[in-house]
Amino acid sequence: MGGNILLSAKNLTVGYTDGIFQNILFENLNIDLRADELVCFMGPNGIGKSTLIRTLAGLHPPLDLTPACPARLPKSYGGQAGRPNPLSRGEGAIPTKISVVLTDRISAVNMTVEELVTYGRYPYLDWNIKLKKDDIEVIEKAVEFTHIQHLISKKLYELSDGQLQMAMIARALAQDTPVILLDEPTAHLDLNNRVEIMNLLRKLSRTENKAILVATHELDLALQTADLIWLATLDRKILTGIPEDLVLNGSFDEIFQFKGFDLKTGKVFHEAHRNMAVNLIGEGHEYLWTKNALERNGFVISDSGKPTITVCLTNTKTRWVISTSPETDFDSLKSLLKKLEKLS
Amino acid sequence: MIKILKQYWYFVLPVLLVILFLVNISLGSVRIPLSETLKVLSGITPQETIWTDIIIDFRLTKAFTCILAGGALALGGLLMQTLFRNPLAGPDVLGLSSGASLAVAIIVMTGGTGAALFSHSFTLALAASVGCTFIFLLVLAIAHRVRDNISLLIIGLMIGAATSSIVSVLQFISRAEDQQYYLVWTFGSLGSLNWGEIQILGVAVFIGIIISIISIKSLNAWLLGDNYATSLGIPLKKSRMLIIIGTSILTGSVTAFCGPIAFVGLAVPHLTRLLIDTTNHKTLIPAVVICGGVIMLFCDILTRMPGSDFVLPINAITALIGAPVVIWVILRSKKIRM
Repeated sequence: MGGNILLSAKNLTVGYTDGIFQNILFENLNIDLRADELVCFMGPNGIGKSTLIRTLAGLHPPLDLTPACPARLPKSYGGQAGRPNPLSRGEGAIPTKISVVLTDRISAVNMTVEELVTYGRYPYLDWNIKLKKDDIEVIEKAVEFTHIQHLISKKLYELSDGQLQMAMIARALAQDTPVILLDEPTAHLDLNNRVEIMNLLRKLSRTENKAILVATHELDLALQTADLIWLATLDRKILTGIPEDLVLNGSFDEIFQFKGFDLKTGKVFHEAHRNMAVNLIGEGHEYLWTKNALERNGFVISDSGKPTITVCLTNTKTRWVISTSPETDFDSLKSLLKKLEKLS
Repeated sequence: MIKILKQYWYFVLPVLLVILFLVNISLGSVRIPLSETLKVLSGITPQETIWTDIIIDFRLTKAFTCILAGGALALGGLLMQTLFRNPLAGPDVLGLSSGASLAVAIIVMTGGTGAALFSHSFTLALAASVGCTFIFLLVLAIAHRVRDNISLLIIGLMIGAATSSIVSVLQFISRAEDQQYYLVWTFGSLGSLNWGEIQILGVAVFIGIIISIISIKSLNAWLLGDNYATSLGIPLKKSRMLIIIGTSILTGSVTAFCGPIAFVGLAVPHLTRLLIDTTNHKTLIPAVVICGGVIMLFCDILTRMPGSDFVLPINAITALIGAPVVIWVILRSKKIRM
């Protein structure tokens, strides 16, 4: 799994200091990011995901990097053996190696999407910022990859949140770096946009051999798209593993301390407050959604339950037949639930 | 009209500058025909030899001062608005003009001897420069310590507030005629510079423009915010220092020679952005400088009430024209955008 190591940190401690007191968020991390890999970085709010991302990007100084064990970039990455990488100086991004998509809002909303994406080429341009032919090619490719061709002459204030996020990703792509770090790129977006962005990032890691780290709260999406999960633990470490392993060994439950969510079934836990079991017969989506409606309303589904509800499919129409005497049938779940409530 | 202006601004704005320049130097308390004015400009002796002196030593110096001061203040405003990503920032947010005001207030109002000490306008210019430089060094030292620009903006405003309160105290304890002198200085003046002083101002403005030009890339990157700018390889502290130094030279030199001129630095960048729809400083910098010159020449023309010897203070006009314009800009575009 994964290709060459593109970014690695040894004994990295992350946090804030005011010179006297230290607020340590992560301690002695040993982490690698590899090519062809989409890593989702998860953890509860406030545990320091954003700070770690900014530290890795060289935008925030790491704490307590002893000279003996500095964070280093592998040789192939541009770092020199024995020389601490610019990470340790804090204000030292490596613009041709790492690009970022942050949660910072852009206040200059009067710029066009094209101008925004062009910023990605800045590390390669001199003070005169004159684009060369290959710069333009890279920009076009980034715009194409993110499917924002129709937006390039729009102003940022005209964009929806999803479109703006795509433009920010296009800007990072135009920077043409082996590593891309994204901080909650799917926050505030609707399901469609969230799925589109995660799929895009996954495709990017595959086709462009990039190492991509995404901090996200989208548990379901992360479990389905990530190659690897970084799980921020409560003892200032990072647990890594493939999503399924972390689910099955209970790491997610331990860290998130889910309140009413059963990760192994992937569903919200409903309390069976009605104390009434019903028997449900049927198949397919119709069965699953009926079950969902019943459980959400506090009924228990059980073979020995009474009455028996049968989901019948007739020509594209769904009917629910309830085994009371006499048999009644319903054409919507709403009316079925009303009846059941009376029975309970 | 606006459309043509938008498309050919690089042609229209300089032409406007030349026209206003000619109008500016042909107006004044002494009536000189335009043909004679042009004669003087091309080095031919006009009908009355005194006209040569009037035009060369009074009107030309004033017109050049307008262009230099207008361009410098407008550029300073653009730099500050970009650096602080705040549309309400102006060249005076660093507290420089307050520093100059304080120094001048100290000279004028505590000297006690009044007119004798500062009969020379150069003394005032010197005091203002010293005040600017002092505040500038203070801001520089603070900028070195604070990481983010918003803190710097607030600190600049606080320095301004503190210095103006000292000025108030000085005003309270000083004599009426000294207060009057100080008040006249704060009105701003574009006509008191001789050719030697204009040369000094010109060099300062030139340096300011050069610093802005080499900062084009970082200015553009600042628009995305500190984190993105750093991630694009912009050396944060270095470029911020450079922009602060540039603004200080521009604002400080103008304030020293012309007094604190309000509004131009705040409003001209917005007017320019209204005209030229871009956020790229490669275009904005030359446009803002020329636009600043145009506006200042225009304001200066308005200070001279036609047909009278009466000249209004420049600050009254800049604010009178500027405030409605800024309000109009906001109402028209609903929101000031950078």
